[in-house]
Amino acid sequence: MALLNLDGVTKRFGGLLANNHVSFEVAEGEILGLIGPNGAGKSTLFEQITGFYPPTSGRITFQGHDLVGLRPDQVNRLGIGRTFQKVKPFLGMTVIENVMVAAMQYDPDPHKARRDALVFLEIVELADKRDSGARGLSIGERKRLEMARAMATKPRLLLLDEVTGGVDQRTIPTLLQLISRLRREQGLTLVVIEHNMRVIMSISDRIVALHLGEVIANGTPAQVVKSPKVIEAYLGDSFVVPEIGRTSNGGRA
Amino acid sequence: MTTPTEAEDKGASVRRGLGVGAVALIVLAAAALAFPALFTLPYHRDLAIRILLYAMLAQAWNILAGYCGQVSLGHAVFFGTGAYTSSALQMHWGVNPWIGLVAGVLVSVALSQAIGYPCFRLRGHYFAIATIAIGEIIHTLAINWEFIGGARGLTLPIKKDSLLAFQFSGTKFIYYYIVLALAVACFLTTWWIERSRIGYYLRAIREDTDAARSVGVPVTKYKLIAMAVSAGFVSIGGSFYAQYVLYLDPDSVFPLALSILVCLLAVVGGVGTLWGPLVGTALMIPLSEFTRIKFGGTGSGVDLIIYGGLLTAVAVFQPAGLVGMVRRWRRR
Repeated sequence: MALLNLDGVTKRFGGLLANNHVSFEVAEGEILGLIGPNGAGKSTLFEQITGFYPPTSGRITFQGHDLVGLRPDQVNRLGIGRTFQKVKPFLGMTVIENVMVAAMQYDPDPHKARRDALVFLEIVELADKRDSGARGLSIGERKRLEMARAMATKPRLLLLDEVTGGVDQRTIPTLLQLISRLRREQGLTLVVIEHNMRVIMSISDRIVALHLGEVIANGTPAQVVKSPKVIEAYLGDSFVVPEIGRTSNGGRA
Repeated sequence: MTTPTEAEDKGASVRRGLGVGAVALIVLAAAALAFPALFTLPYHRDLAIRILLYAMLAQAWNILAGYCGQVSLGHAVFFGTGAYTSSALQMHWGVNPWIGLVAGVLVSVALSQAIGYPCFRLRGHYFAIATIAIGEIIHTLAINWEFIGGARGLTLPIKKDSLLAFQFSGTKFIYYYIVLALAVACFLTTWWIERSRIGYYLRAIREDTDAARSVGVPVTKYKLIAMAVSAGFVSIGGSFYAQYVLYLDPDSVFPLALSILVCLLAVVGGVGTLWGPLVGTALMIPLSEFTRIKFGGTGSGVDLIIYGGLLTAVAVFQPAGLVGMVRRWRRR
């Protein structure tokens, strides 16, 4: 059974149709890549899944629960974690406090929450910065902090928005290894929005491509990059399929 | 990773910090308890009472605005509600002022939820503006409500001095200890909030509401909790004020100037810190007294110029307030 189900999700902002009857499923344990040009409606879809915007019409279900109408905190407590396209750490708090806030839904006691939080900081390799202010972190570190914070809510499904956006090239492999580890060691299901095609092809089991709010392709990475619609709308004629097996980021873990 | 020696060093410095803090706290507590014995003039005692009262108000404001980031400029509403609830109950039905104080808290908390629920949909400046508007509406209502004396206000009946009657016309020192106890309760509550999940949630909401939501923080619920605690303590301050002055009118307990003063005291001391409101109040209230005595009589308003200049200096050079300045200095 699918973990997450989108059925005819449509979102209008006045005259703008941001999502038009978007339907797809996310299976337990898979990494689904979400691609498409700017304004295709990828992030809008995340906002609707996580309860930040209500869809104009359509159904979103997670493990049989109807998500439409729930508040973001309720969606999170059902088991969906997320990061933001533009990172949103709690800047005035320390690194570990950022994660403690998330861990506190299981452990109101700050001492215990701190211990829990440390585990997730170790996963994203930020444990040695635990007592620094979040303000001092680089973009790549902030993205990892957001991932740790989302994971501390112990989700089954993690939505990552632009993992490598604004991150320098050298840091990208670290982030990719991290994503693969999350699935392998934490048993997470992931939906990843990503513009870097090499990245998305190397980590995704399946890719859904959006264009002007509609699904134009849904299949394995190899199928999607060969789709004429995707080439026309997003990749362009000159796109060369990256050789997945030999990518510098180590490919699939 | 932190090496064991580093960790030990850090632990030692934390312990040393705790030691200094504990000594400072004991000295402060002893000074607070001994104050009426050392200063017997009514003027000094009155000043101390007002410092403690305003410190409590500033701290209560700080819970909502400093920790949770919801800047209210209408907190006089709860001060006036507390003052009027206990006073009107006493005038009309002879209710004991202590019971009136509790009733005031209940009314203020209920009112705070009714104000907060719609207003918390507004963010940042819009929330602050809405609270100003509500403050002015309630101020105007109080002026026109004859049941509570309208613009003439209420003069409480003088009774025989007793703790039960909450009146001590002969001496001020009992008022001093009452307001000290109330202020301590407010500071202890803040201290507890700062260290518990509520405090972490409030700060997360202040830092980024959307991010807080995304990690399971029920934002509106926690904003309303902060509002309730904040309004409750301000209301207690209002009831105390009414019993202390024994006269109140809308312009003395509902003015916008009071809402702004409470906010400024916390800002000068340091918002979102436990000691900021006390530091700000202990500095600014005597300063405003001093400037008023020194310059006020000439009618030139020099006291307000100095007061305003200091506030501007804090805003420009030290937005984290005096407590923030000390912290930064200690980190060096």
